[in-house]
Amino acid sequence: MEVVLAFTIGGLVTGAVYMLLSRNLLRLLFGVIILSNAVNLSIFLAGGLDYGVPPLIQGADKVLEGTYANPLPQALILTAIVIGFSLLAFALVLVYRGWQDMGTIDGDALRVAEPVETTPALEAAARARKHGRETA
Amino acid sequence: MLAAVLVIFLAAAIAPTLHRLLPAFSHWLLALVPAGVTVWFAQFLGPVSGGETVLQVVPWVPALGVELAFRLDGLSLLFALLVTGIGTFITAYAGGYLHGHEHQGRFYLFLLAFMGSMLGLVLADDVISLFVFWELTSVTSFLLIGFNHEDGRSRRSAVQALVVTSLGGLALLAGLVLMGLVGEGWRLTAMEASGIDFRAHALYLPILVLILLGAFTKSAQVPFHFWLPNAMDAPTPVSAYLHSATMVKAGVYLVARLNPTLGGTEVWTYTLAAFGTVTAVWGGLMALRSTDLKKVLAYTTLMALGTLTMLVGLGTEYALKGFAVFLLAHSLYKGALFMGAGAVDHGTGTRDVNQLSGLWPKMRLTGLFILLASLSMAGLPPFFGFLGKELMYEGMLEAGSTGTFVLVGMVLANATMLGAAGLVFVKPFLGKPSQAAEHAHEGSPSLWIGPAVLASLGLAFGLFGSLPAPLMGAVTSAVAGTAKTVDLHLWHGLTPALGLSAVTVALGAALFLGLRGVTAALGGLARASRVNFDAAWDHVLAGVDALARAVTNLLQAGRLSRYMLLTIAVMFALPGITLLLRGGFAMPKAEGWAEPLGWFLCFLMLLGTFGAMLATSRLAAVTALSISGLAVALFFLAYSAPDVGITQLMVETLTVIIIVLVLAKLPKFGPSERTDAATRLVKLVVAVAAGGVTTAILLSVTAQPLSPHLSDYFAAASYVEAYGRNVVNVIIVDFRGFDTLGEITVVAMAGLGVLALLKARNAPKPEEDAAAPRLDPGKPMTGEAD
Repeated sequence: MEVVLAFTIGGLVTGAVYMLLSRNLLRLLFGVIILSNAVNLSIFLAGGLDYGVPPLIQGADKVLEGTYANPLPQALILTAIVIGFSLLAFALVLVYRGWQDMGTIDGDALRVAEPVETTPALEAAARARKHGRETA
Repeated sequence: MLAAVLVIFLAAAIAPTLHRLLPAFSHWLLALVPAGVTVWFAQFLGPVSGGETVLQVVPWVPALGVELAFRLDGLSLLFALLVTGIGTFITAYAGGYLHGHEHQGRFYLFLLAFMGSMLGLVLADDVISLFVFWELTSVTSFLLIGFNHEDGRSRRSAVQALVVTSLGGLALLAGLVLMGLVGEGWRLTAMEASGIDFRAHALYLPILVLILLGAFTKSAQVPFHFWLPNAMDAPTPVSAYLHSATMVKAGVYLVARLNPTLGGTEVWTYTLAAFGTVTAVWGGLMALRSTDLKKVLAYTTLMALGTLTMLVGLGTEYALKGFAVFLLAHSLYKGALFMGAGAVDHGTGTRDVNQLSGLWPKMRLTGLFILLASLSMAGLPPFFGFLGKELMYEGMLEAGSTGTFVLVGMVLANATMLGAAGLVFVKPFLGKPSQAAEHAHEGSPSLWIGPAVLASLGLAFGLFGSLPAPLMGAVTSAVAGTAKTVDLHLWHGLTPALGLSAVTVALGAALFLGLRGVTAALGGLARASRVNFDAAWDHVLAGVDALARAVTNLLQAGRLSRYMLLTIAVMFALPGITLLLRGGFAMPKAEGWAEPLGWFLCFLMLLGTFGAMLATSRLAAVTALSISGLAVALFFLAYSAPDVGITQLMVETLTVIIIVLVLAKLPKFGPSERTDAATRLVKLVVAVAAGGVTTAILLSVTAQPLSPHLSDYFAAASYVEAYGRNVVNVIIVDFRGFDTLGEITVVAMAGLGVLALLKARNAPKPEEDAAAPRLDPGKPMTGEAD
């Protein structure tokens, strides 16, 4: 099953990355959800797959014996799922507030921090260079 | 020697404060420092002329074998005396020249810092410390050229000088490191003594090219010469000091210094002779074309630098003697001439030779010293310049066929010196007084004492050749690598060299008398040749700018999708390439093929993912997402992770609910964010590659045997130590309790963040609406129905 799951995770990453590259921020968020699932599955796969043997200590035993699933990756994934969910909630609200304040959920249209380079600045730079040369 | 260098740096450090306290005397007080150092170096004249070499070694970076090693032989001593001796007069001169300038203190700081760097450079025996001092001279030179930093032209010239010389500096560093590797150490004396034959080594040519690049840029050899005339934008003390007597000679110094180790091969001789001769002729001709006194002198400096380079290249005994004598002669007369030109500028307000005439009655002192220095520059007897020229001709005659090749060029170049001498003395000082001469006046003593001493020395050394002869012999020995003695006499008898001198004088006189015609012809030549290095420089800079802008626009487009694309591509490309190059890929043993439930859940995951990817409406996308998420949860359940499965199920449900709630407030998927086919193809290629890399890595990981160490520990300790039968739960709340605490903190912070974002909306903010730059909301996204 390991090989099948490895290829499935590859498929999940493909879909996730394709959506992460989208201009629509909502699609981008969907990509984040799938990527987070893919990462959790990767941790799971790396710890080994065991069908139907959960790491539970039976009634009379004091230690886990026989065949049992690796408990450590499960603990890690539990943490990761919750954190992934927090991230998603935060990002979703960011997108929502972006839409409220700037009226767009097109990622490429959000250019407050890096406005489109204005031509006057470029012209000024060119003028300064030319000036330096002429007076020289 | 370290103390000498440090004393000058110390003087530089206190110079601004001293100037603020004693503005009237600071230049005299500061001049005492280099004067004292000059006297200190002068005590070595006897021993060094007798063939001694003084060494001083101070450990600097012992781990790398780098030392502050200093060596004082003839060549170093001559340079050290020039740097500190001329430096003394320059410091005093700067006081008079910049009198009342608001940044005079800063100027002393730069000037003395340069002096210390230059002194370190000519004394250094360790190539790494030599390089450090070399770069320091470039930096201080930059500061000095750009001293009038409010003038755009000064700034441009300063940057030009810095870029050209430090590019050369980089090449030099590479060359010196290669030399150190071949020579098995950083000390030049050790390399000379080791007997290692650099000339036969496979790295000889790379070393030579790199080091000569450094030397040629520093000493302004054609085609790197263009920065030197532009550097004349610096205040005159700087031109007189850095750009005639000292810094530009650093390249020549280096070539001379390395002559014993690297010199004597054909490629050395021809390269140096060719570049030197071309530079000398070019500089001489350009000098005749110029009308600005300082530019005339700058171009004659090019001629001198070319000549010195050429002489080291020839490398015959007389050529090296000529090198030593001409080096000293040039420093003396050029320092005097620059300071004199500055005094003329100071007294009349112009340096244009066409506006200057008949200054003699008004500025007799300055005129006298300019006359003496010009005669030395013209190479007329009985001046020291004449001795240099005679030896130079002897050297070329001695070099045979190579010498004949440069002889013609050098006769022409020396003749132009005579013409240039006329340009700097005859035109400004003789003839009818011009308008500019009317209010001309002599400057303060600090302005003419330097030219007086330097020009007089030029005459005294010419008349009494036995005075400088021992030091000249030591210089020649240092450059040649074997002991030589120098005899200096004005009269050698009727030698071929004397004949060449006569030809030179006749040609030079003709050039000066026919100056108008010569200038016109040269102007025509310059226009016809179409080689304008200064303009080419601008093109190169503009090209670099354009390249930088193109790269920036490519990488920092300001568009989110571009940033995501680059980040993701790099993130997956690096491990992918590493995996490929290191051959780390491996296939795991194929097991568990017959697990239909696993197959089915994997199929559902993929179905949901690709469904979400291709969905054109938001609800369809959310539905597909939840299919995928549910399949993941069931997969966890099936493969022995019930806790994970249940959590995933709950989170998945919550996610869908929240998304659907928010969806009501957000615009539908619309055509406005659709991209063209090419962009979609790029996205698809990156996405598939990312997926492929992930699969490859996961396969390789699962192919490795799993270490049971940790899971065995938890299995054994879970109940015994923590009294819990669900091992996963015990890990979370007990063994990794702090991890869980961190997780809870993250969730709390995210919750607070969400709350803050939503609350911020309700706060009144009228001023923000007016002031903040708001984006054009554009058209709301409308599109197909959900």
